[in-house]
Amino acid sequence: MIHSLFLINNAGDIFLEKHWKSVISRSVCDYFFEAQEKAMEPDNVPPVIRTPHHYLINIYRDKIFFVSVIQTEVPPLFVIEFLHRVAEMFQDYFGDCSEVAIKDNVVIVYELLEEMLDNGFPLATESNILKELIKPPTILRSMVNSITGSSNVGETLPTGQLSTVPWRRAGVKYTNNEAYFDVVEEIDAILDKSGTTVFAEIQGVIDACVKLSGMPDLTLSFMNPRLLDDVSFHPCVRFKRWESERVLSFIPPDGNFRLMSYHVNAQNLVAIPVYVRQNISFFESGSSGRLDITLGPKQTMGKTVECVVVTVHMPKVVLNANLTATQGNYTYDPVTKILVWDIGKLNQQKLPNLKGSLSLQSGAPKPEENPSLNIDLKIQQLAISGLKVNRLDMYGEKYKPFKGVKYVTKAGKFQTGKVVPKQSSRLLFDKTK
Amino acid sequence: MSSSSAFNDEKGGSSSVGEPEYGHDPASGGIFSSDYKRHDDLKEMLDSNKDSLKLEAMKRIVAMVARGKNASDLFPAVVKNVACKNIEVKKLVYVYLVRYAEEQQDLALLSISTFQRGLKDPNQLIRASALRVLSSIRVTIIVPIMMLAIKEAASDMSPYVRKTAAHAIPKLYSLDPEQKDQLIEVIEKLLADKTTLVAGSVVMAFEEVCPERIELIHKNYRKLCNLLIDVEEWGQVVIINMLTRYARTQFLNPNINESLLEEGGEKEFYASDDDEDDEEKKAEAAALAKRKPYVMDPDHRLLLRNTKPLLQSRNAAVVMAVAQLYFHLAPKAEVGVIAKALVRLLRSHSEVQYVVLQNVATMTIKRRGMFEPHLKSFYIRSTDPTQIKILKLEVLTNLASETNISTILREFQTYIKSMDKDFVAATIEAIGRCATNIGEVRDTCLNGLVQLLSNRDELVVAESVVVIKKLLQMQPEQHSEIIKHMAKLIDNIQVPMARASILWLIGEYCEHVPKIAPDVLRKMAKTFTNEEDIVKLQILNLAAKLYLTNSKQTKLLTQYVLNLAKYDQNYDIRDRARFIRQLIVPTDKSGALSKYAKKLFLALKPAPVLESPFKDRDHFQLGSLSHLLNTKAGGYQELPEWPDSAPDPSVRNVEVPEWSKCTSRKERKEKKVEKPFYSDSEGESGPTESADSESDSGSRSESDSEQTGSGSESEESVEESQSEEEEDEEEEKMKKKKKVDKSQPKKSESAESKIASEIQFLLSTSVAPTSSPQVTPVNNFLSSSLASDLEGLSLTDTVLAPTTIAPSASVRMYELLHRITGEGLGVEYCFNRQAFSPDPHMVAVQIHFTNNTSCETKNLHIEEPKLQSGMRIKEFPEIDMLPAGESVSVVMGIDFCDSTQAANFQLCTHTRKFFVSIQPPVGELMTPIFLTENEFKKEQTGHN
Repeated sequence: MIHSLFLINNAGDIFLEKHWKSVISRSVCDYFFEAQEKAMEPDNVPPVIRTPHHYLINIYRDKIFFVSVIQTEVPPLFVIEFLHRVAEMFQDYFGDCSEVAIKDNVVIVYELLEEMLDNGFPLATESNILKELIKPPTILRSMVNSITGSSNVGETLPTGQLSTVPWRRAGVKYTNNEAYFDVVEEIDAILDKSGTTVFAEIQGVIDACVKLSGMPDLTLSFMNPRLLDDVSFHPCVRFKRWESERVLSFIPPDGNFRLMSYHVNAQNLVAIPVYVRQNISFFESGSSGRLDITLGPKQTMGKTVECVVVTVHMPKVVLNANLTATQGNYTYDPVTKILVWDIGKLNQQKLPNLKGSLSLQSGAPKPEENPSLNIDLKIQQLAISGLKVNRLDMYGEKYKPFKGVKYVTKAGKFQTGKVVPKQSSRLLFDKTK
Repeated sequence: MSSSSAFNDEKGGSSSVGEPEYGHDPASGGIFSSDYKRHDDLKEMLDSNKDSLKLEAMKRIVAMVARGKNASDLFPAVVKNVACKNIEVKKLVYVYLVRYAEEQQDLALLSISTFQRGLKDPNQLIRASALRVLSSIRVTIIVPIMMLAIKEAASDMSPYVRKTAAHAIPKLYSLDPEQKDQLIEVIEKLLADKTTLVAGSVVMAFEEVCPERIELIHKNYRKLCNLLIDVEEWGQVVIINMLTRYARTQFLNPNINESLLEEGGEKEFYASDDDEDDEEKKAEAAALAKRKPYVMDPDHRLLLRNTKPLLQSRNAAVVMAVAQLYFHLAPKAEVGVIAKALVRLLRSHSEVQYVVLQNVATMTIKRRGMFEPHLKSFYIRSTDPTQIKILKLEVLTNLASETNISTILREFQTYIKSMDKDFVAATIEAIGRCATNIGEVRDTCLNGLVQLLSNRDELVVAESVVVIKKLLQMQPEQHSEIIKHMAKLIDNIQVPMARASILWLIGEYCEHVPKIAPDVLRKMAKTFTNEEDIVKLQILNLAAKLYLTNSKQTKLLTQYVLNLAKYDQNYDIRDRARFIRQLIVPTDKSGALSKYAKKLFLALKPAPVLESPFKDRDHFQLGSLSHLLNTKAGGYQELPEWPDSAPDPSVRNVEVPEWSKCTSRKERKEKKVEKPFYSDSEGESGPTESADSESDSGSRSESDSEQTGSGSESEESVEESQSEEEEDEEEEKMKKKKKVDKSQPKKSESAESKIASEIQFLLSTSVAPTSSPQVTPVNNFLSSSLASDLEGLSLTDTVLAPTTIAPSASVRMYELLHRITGEGLGVEYCFNRQAFSPDPHMVAVQIHFTNNTSCETKNLHIEEPKLQSGMRIKEFPEIDMLPAGESVSVVMGIDFCDSTQAANFQLCTHTRKFFVSIQPPVGELMTPIFLTENEFKKEQTGHN
């Protein structure tokens, strides 16, 4: 299956290579560099590249290209999903998945890769198992190890490997038994210039941090499970219970994990928490333009909207922006042409406004498309879909755990100012009949 | 600390070059010498006695390996440490060894004996890792050793070691393909393994070594289907892909009779019993009425049903695997369920989106309706990468139909304004395709495209021209205005493809624009030399056509153009000019062809069909690499066509009477039930279940607590088992011999198997075989508190049933030793649910030997039990002789210590020893208790 893996940074340096079968020369990456050059942007590098003797399947993550070499037929998603799992494991072990972190921990990285694949086929990809086999680096441990010469490598087979709950290690003990669940929802929306919703949906996840001793068997139920339209689960969740009773029944992994992801039925109207009034115009003559953006809270269920950031991708001809913000700061990067306005908390009384002029490249034609705005925001203690956790029950252990649920709403891909042709306006493609 | 410092040193040494290093040139002066020195001190460290120094050295070496530097000269120093006590040093040595063994074969052999010793280690982790490294060393000379090690590990009692053995199979196969036959034997053996841990790995080995030996799957098919949900994610993908192929060879096309299916398709997916009854009736009726409608094989249904929940997996590869399985195998009406899951994947990483969209694009061509409700999910965001945008566009185009075309076109219209020009070009092409596919909007689209001709962006205009050309070909008469308009454009458009398209159009329809055409040719003649080749060819084309239709005006121009072309640098153009000249200019020598010149050039050309590049891609198995690339990748297994008539389904029947159960279907239907006792039987909860989930369906029986207290149900035994639908076929057979004779010991346990063993009690009714059986209540979901209550019940007046009941159909037989592996000796066992009189703590296990050989077997006895601490075995008395063809039953006792750990021991005959293991299902760990009916009811009422 997976033959080799090369890690390549943005500058095109191959800074790590690992082979699970015979060694493949790193010159195979030349095909990748070629594709990368052609694609211009990292996002546009085709995930699957064909070379005369191999196939390269790559992902781009955290400014690193993970390039794997394949020789025979294998489902591409299989490899892609695995590579992402590798990246997540680095994140989990080292706090972030950067070139520096990988280089600093190159031995652990190597040991991990060795355990994760055997002959190119995934062996152990569960974080709980790997952490028993190879202990994550901590400052204390590395100091102790350098003095005593003891190792980071476990000597016994992780119990999880053999059981049907491979995601949980045995013999977990905590003095404080806690289970926290974060319900995080993201609104994906496209609003048109007047603020009408063109498209909106809610994606949610439930991230859990479970620190419970022994083998707890948890059951999480919702007040309104009907809201959930499409769900995907961590392997620990029992499908059958969900299908029959709409409850999440599971033996949790130890530590942090994503319990489920869900999608809220699109038929339920999505409450849009803010409204935007924007006016960006470019003048035909004089190579300048005007920008005027105002934001206000809309349906927030009495909660404060925080961390509001507005991002605008300006057309290439915009050289600079001279603006004043009534609240927060703005920056304009003339290289990437991105205007960022960091507003912070949204104030009911005084609506934040950003106003001023844009200077354009002289002589260039006026941009055709008015830029659209991407908005980022956060609302604490609110799941915008209205999803509510009903209760959490624990079986199998005798102690009383401390339980907590937190709700957060964020903006996902939240875009406004899309110019959508309306029926009334003169239409290019309106049916003639 | 150590590793990082080493790393930095090296970085200083080499990255100063500032370029990606390709290998590392050992001849490059300074670096080489410093490396050489460093290697010296590494060698010293490796030779020292201190583990910490060794570890430090190994870490630095591995860091070098990771950076792709050559560390092969350290091989002798490293390989010495292969037997090091420190486990981390050992692991790093393994890493090094696997990397360089191929280059240093002779030295690598020094390490082999260490691994051979490791293979016998009592620690399963060490056994497994020894096998892993041994099989990873690519040295041909050790092939026989590897073969032996794999064979041994395949019958290891630790499933983890067996899994490693499965992983080793493809390694050995790639090293020495001649071992194939022997390896297939091992695969066959491992395929029969009942643990989820092994299943994925062995199927992977099967796929790599002998994917064509589909017959090996027959006996394991149902087991694989049932285990699937508990297999780890990666194994699931491999198994599902393999089963897709399998199903294509074994079952009939469910869509063979579309019309019949329409009616059947409305059914609930989880077909209730009624449905199945209907189906059966249908089947019978069909058998009578000779022409038989399609009836889905229950095994086919089993596969579809057991894979469906995996659509909810977090792993995109699993979801895709199930989606392709449904696409290739499910009846048309059921395929729809995958759409939602695939749309969900579109919110994942962009690489995942890329692959999923490719597959969706192929699916939308065949099954458009499936994705229509999700149209909006394919709308393009300005932040999408271009390659994703273009794929989404493809999907949107495929989804366009008369009902949604106006929405889609309006959406397209916004895309045209995008700053991403490649994407705009693709959008225009997409509009063209919509226009050809949907006649109603052709005019609208054409008008829209014509408006785009006045766009400021040349690329937009050029692409529009190309698309308009294709559209006009469909109905040129009505559009001479547009052609005229385009003729004017030729002055401004510089994009060659667009110029060529305009010229072709004018040439083709020169009769519609008789005045303009010669003028265009005149202009082109002027610029001929500066044009691109593709344009030059079209100029020649235009000249020829005009010469044929309007030779008066264009004769000279044509001559001129032909002369220019005659001396062109490009031989294609020279050839074309020569060809045209011979055809159109009548000379003495010109042959018969010139008479037909007009027919040749001005023949009515069929309108182009604008097709999706994804058309017909579905002959590749979806989700595969080959599908993505649209060419066959190495090792790709073709998806076979459906067979015309189904092969014998009985090949999948498993010999052991697995589904020994007697149920009354009617009774079951009446019950409202549906709170199965083992809520997720397929075993996510209990550690035992994976081992026997295939079996628990049959053996575990329980009844609903609703039955409590009423005496009437004693007429029939009512059993409920969550997976029973799966075994309908078997059930049918059983039903025929329907005898109400079961007196099933009923067991109960709490949902948590751990405490189950504490609740040693059993509510049982033991009745004489002929009398009607009784139903025993079972508490669904005993909470732990309830469980402890029950524990308190002192069931003092128990009477043990004195008789030994021969293993009847009511008791599950498990296979201990298959007659093939046992070289003719077949051994089965069952928990006969009798008290084991010599020791009340032991569970009685009835063992049934069958001698299938032609000679007698002697001295059957047990040896060398390997037991978990606390477990005990009471062996059965040695059987002196078992004549050929005879069978005999004995009873042995095992104290499992209330755990579900397997008891391992050797079964010895006078010639051979077999490693066998008995793993008890939780339910068999109970002490049988005799209760009278009244006592039973008394107990029951107290707690329900």
